[in-house]
Amino acid sequence: MHQDTSSAPTTTQVDILSGDTFQKHQASMPSNAWMQAQQAAAWNTFKSLPMPKRTEERWRFAQTVGLSLEGYTLQDKPADAEAILAQSAHLEDYAGRLIFADGHLLAKDAISEELAAQGVLWLSLEEALHSKPELLERYLFSLSTQLGSDKFEALGRAYARAGSILYVPKDVQVKSPFVAYHWASQEGASIFPQTLIIAETTSQVSLVDFYLSASGAPALACGSSHVHAGPGAKVFRKSIQNWSRKTHSFQSDTHTTERDAELYSLAVHLGGEYARFENDVEITGAGSHAKLYSLTVADDKQMFDQRSLQRHQAPNATSDLLYKNALCDTAKTIFSGMICVGKQAQQTDAYQTNRNLLLNPSAEAISLPGLEIEANDVKCSHGSTSGQIDESELFYMLARGIPKPVAQKLLTFGFFEEVIAKVDDPALADNLRLMVEEKFATREH
Amino acid sequence: MNALNIQDLNVNIEGKPILKNFSLTVPKGEVHALMGPNGTGKSTLAKALAGHEAYEITGGKALLDGADLVGLEPDEIARAGLFMAFQYPSEIPGVSIANFIRAAIQARLPEGENLQATAYYKELYDKMDALAIDRKFTSRAVNEGFSGGEKKRCEILQMMMLKPAYAILDETDSGLDIDALKIVSQGVNAMRGPDMGTLIITHYQRLLNYIQPDKVHVMWDGRIVRSGGKELALELEEKGYDWVKEELAAATA
Repeated sequence: MHQDTSSAPTTTQVDILSGDTFQKHQASMPSNAWMQAQQAAAWNTFKSLPMPKRTEERWRFAQTVGLSLEGYTLQDKPADAEAILAQSAHLEDYAGRLIFADGHLLAKDAISEELAAQGVLWLSLEEALHSKPELLERYLFSLSTQLGSDKFEALGRAYARAGSILYVPKDVQVKSPFVAYHWASQEGASIFPQTLIIAETTSQVSLVDFYLSASGAPALACGSSHVHAGPGAKVFRKSIQNWSRKTHSFQSDTHTTERDAELYSLAVHLGGEYARFENDVEITGAGSHAKLYSLTVADDKQMFDQRSLQRHQAPNATSDLLYKNALCDTAKTIFSGMICVGKQAQQTDAYQTNRNLLLNPSAEAISLPGLEIEANDVKCSHGSTSGQIDESELFYMLARGIPKPVAQKLLTFGFFEEVIAKVDDPALADNLRLMVEEKFATREH
Repeated sequence: MNALNIQDLNVNIEGKPILKNFSLTVPKGEVHALMGPNGTGKSTLAKALAGHEAYEITGGKALLDGADLVGLEPDEIARAGLFMAFQYPSEIPGVSIANFIRAAIQARLPEGENLQATAYYKELYDKMDALAIDRKFTSRAVNEGFSGGEKKRCEILQMMMLKPAYAILDETDSGLDIDALKIVSQGVNAMRGPDMGTLIITHYQRLLNYIQPDKVHVMWDGRIVRSGGKELALELEEKGYDWVKEELAAATA
């Protein structure tokens, strides 16, 4: 593992809303004219857009009143880097690893010589600005979700520094996952994680992003991810979010699938006070498949705001979305999903399912599924269910002598298994189970 | 007395009396069959004894080795030693058979004691082999996507793993083909012995070809109207339930 010991930037405790802060950030970035222009434009977009209001369709039912960007700062590298590195250990087997904290690269595990010889690139965003600017110019910031977070996405782009760039050439199959950690650590930290995966024709690759807090301090996260799955490529991206309970996060993910590509996306949401997750799949290639899974455990007063878009623009493609939320206490989840099938996308199979398990009658799950279909030969459906633990299942467990609290726990974990079972990596699946169990174990009843 | 001793049990569903002063004693070590046409309250008896909240016990006792089960929670009843093999076992998505049975056994261990995983799996596999259940089933979700026969075998597997003092098998034979019926019967016969009392609820005589009951009881309109040896089952098979109905009508006329 190579630890980055370069001198810390000069952005100490500075308000992210101030133009001076942005200027200093730009000055500290690698000198790349394209990136400078992109970030300056993003800053202007950010400044020109108003904060969202819940009266807007794309923010329906969201609690927008408490959403403020005041008081967040750019931070120096945290002093407890060693502790953070030690905690970045959810997976032992990986093809490459990047660890960022408060927006700074802490460490990098480079890829093997074998993968490098095959042309695989595993770079931090700053490295890529030096060595592969043409790749970034083509793919970075190339798509937006169209789901409402324009302002936050623009802020994230303006301040983008911490990011992973993964390029897999034609026919190359990488077995082990790539792993990136994005830690929020210091009080009032703002972080802007970026992920870019480019999988060329018939390549195979997977990546796991961990979004974590090293303390209980308030933080802001505005992140984006873009997956480009080339013809026949198979890409699996997982993101695991466990921010502190005082974090506000806005994550915008976009995906493009070319002909016959297979895309898997799995997002786990555990932390944050308010966490918005936008997930957009643009199906541009005939015969491609996209599977979108999400698992959320919401408790206390947490709010998870999830918006998704499955855009079918090519024929014979399938997309399948399954979002499962378990809600305790007075937590709230919003699922707003849309399937759009264009005229040319005949023989589309598109599905959208949102299931909410209400573990407390005061919790609230809102489900807004939608379909917009212009083609005339398609199979599309959406379904949503919200309910408490099934009484007959609970009785069956009690009738075997299992005490009620244990039975409820098993049934709740069982609810998640449908999603966790999709994880192709047993170590990661076990980690997810532990993280979910931990969240329940530490709950205040 | 070491027995499952049901005394004058009255059970309502949504206010309607279904069991009417139902009494029955199954001594430990014996296998009894409870027969009767549909709608006479056989399954109500099973669900009520298991502690299902939809079945309101308005009177009577259900003594398990002298301790009354009435008023206990379903999990307490199970841990007290009464096992119910359900007619329609629930499917539990996401909970594997191995974890399910493990949780049930763990719940019976003293506080602070943990189940030994190696011994547990050995026993589980042995019993699955005996019931001709594929070992791959251990990681499958409980009853999810199982055929009728697989569900019933899974019920018997649970019974064999939990080793209850008393078991009630509610129409375990319904929906089984002859091979599955034989396997299920072997499982029940294997458990037969001085440590367990068994009540087999069935509509058909067929199961009793494979499990020889010590006693047969016929139920009608919420209570037992006739008891006898295993020949009673054959008589029922031959004459049909109308025979009981006619006899009963004659007796009360």
